[in-house]
Amino acid sequence: MKKIAIVAYQQTDSVADAGAVNEVELIMPVLARTFKQAGLQSAQDVDFVCSGSCDYLQGAAFAFVAGVDALGAVPPIKESHVEMDAAWALYESMLKISMGHADSALIYGFGKSSPGELPIVLSQQLDPYYLAPLWVDSISLAAMQARLMLDQGLITERDMAEVVSRSRRNARNNPHAQLSGDISPEDVLAEETYLSPLRKSDCCPVSDGASAMVIATVEKAREWGLPYAVISGIDHCIETHNLGMRDLTDSVSTRTAAKRAGMDTGKVDVAELYAPFSHQEIILSHALGLGKETSINPSGGVLAGNLMMASGLSRLGEVFNRILSGEAQRGIAHATSGPCLQHNLVTVVEKA
Amino acid sequence: MSEELDMITGIKAPVYLKYNFTAGAAAARFLTQIKKGVLTGQRCPKCSAVYVPPRGSCAACGVATQEEVELADKATVQSFTIVSIPIPNNPIQPPYVIANLVPDGANISFIHLLSECVNEEVHIGQRVQAVWKPEGEWDYAMDNIRYFKPIDEADVPVDRIGKLPVSGLEG
Repeated sequence: MKKIAIVAYQQTDSVADAGAVNEVELIMPVLARTFKQAGLQSAQDVDFVCSGSCDYLQGAAFAFVAGVDALGAVPPIKESHVEMDAAWALYESMLKISMGHADSALIYGFGKSSPGELPIVLSQQLDPYYLAPLWVDSISLAAMQARLMLDQGLITERDMAEVVSRSRRNARNNPHAQLSGDISPEDVLAEETYLSPLRKSDCCPVSDGASAMVIATVEKAREWGLPYAVISGIDHCIETHNLGMRDLTDSVSTRTAAKRAGMDTGKVDVAELYAPFSHQEIILSHALGLGKETSINPSGGVLAGNLMMASGLSRLGEVFNRILSGEAQRGIAHATSGPCLQHNLVTVVEKA
Repeated sequence: MSEELDMITGIKAPVYLKYNFTAGAAAARFLTQIKKGVLTGQRCPKCSAVYVPPRGSCAACGVATQEEVELADKATVQSFTIVSIPIPNNPIQPPYVIANLVPDGANISFIHLLSECVNEEVHIGQRVQAVWKPEGEWDYAMDNIRYFKPIDEADVPVDRIGKLPVSGLEG
């Protein structure tokens, strides 16, 4: 794979309720900061633009089209959209660059989840015949998954509480985090269960916000004279929509994607994993075979703030920031979509 | 053992989702003004285009719009269509006219109804004015204006539609 450079990444704060802002007002400030970081004036200065969002979140049909009003699309720009996390918008942009159709791309993801009841909204992504009509919400499905793991002795509630504790403590250094603080595993275990066996702290919060990134060919990044990190591998795999046919205690698709992205060819200093529930971070760490040499979710991960449709891209941004700061030489970013980690994307990011 | 089964060609699975929808800061300001009987646009700081209803950005330049501009309730027909078929749940009886109208002082059109007109005589460049509901019925809604009706003013040449100042063609 031809290496592709990340040159800029910005995100908004992760907030419980962004208030009376529409998608344009949500996106514009973060795009402005991203352009500034990349030394660009507007979307006119990149060859391709791709966004990730989901109209179901805010309940506004074609909100992603309205989002284009934030770009300055006169004269016309080449633009695309995925009804997915923006990590997949990055994937599409990388294909575009790899095919030689573009040398640079702007990627952004945004989500305003606060207007709706997110766990219920997400029930409508399930298969439309057997599951969606039952309105099985995303937290209940994750709770069933955690129950399976506990009953099989694969994890303990304390293991889950330790994930939460580490996430909140790491998030103290993340200025965009929604939830952070010095809480111990004991504090978490003292909480009542919410949807048994999950406690509220085991679940990511509902958040509003956006993030954006600029990528380019390595040649272009050098021409721009910007510091950059390189994406050396990317892959994604999906499992069946039939939850009964999956081993919910493992993430085969993550493992396969990581292998195909070339994760195993070097040391992993940092891993940003999109785990909306504490036990899912353990599933992902095991699937990826991460050990002590890897710092997992130093940003606090999505337990500290979950920008639906942007959090996957944000995982890449967090790894990018750590490579640029010299904190890490090589890292992986993971993005997920669907119930119980159904669809997973793994990206390997390295020092230039 | 094969049993004759009915062919299933569909299932009913209605979706009801509740949202606490917000229009956005720019649209909220617009709605606050229209409750007072005033049409308000926002001007792009870069290209000076005035948008109505404003969305908080200049879609062409990709920059935020802040400056508010009070617009006239007189407008020019930019394009129109005569609706001849009934639309389910629409209380308006056909035939009626839907038009893209540019209010004086703005550069972008919005869609509204034309009435008190001879449908067949509606034309591009025609001058129209808002017919408002009684003030006591004004709400945060575009239908504070019942419809627009033709007024006795000279047509606007096509190349000047969407470029009139707030004072109109003569101003």
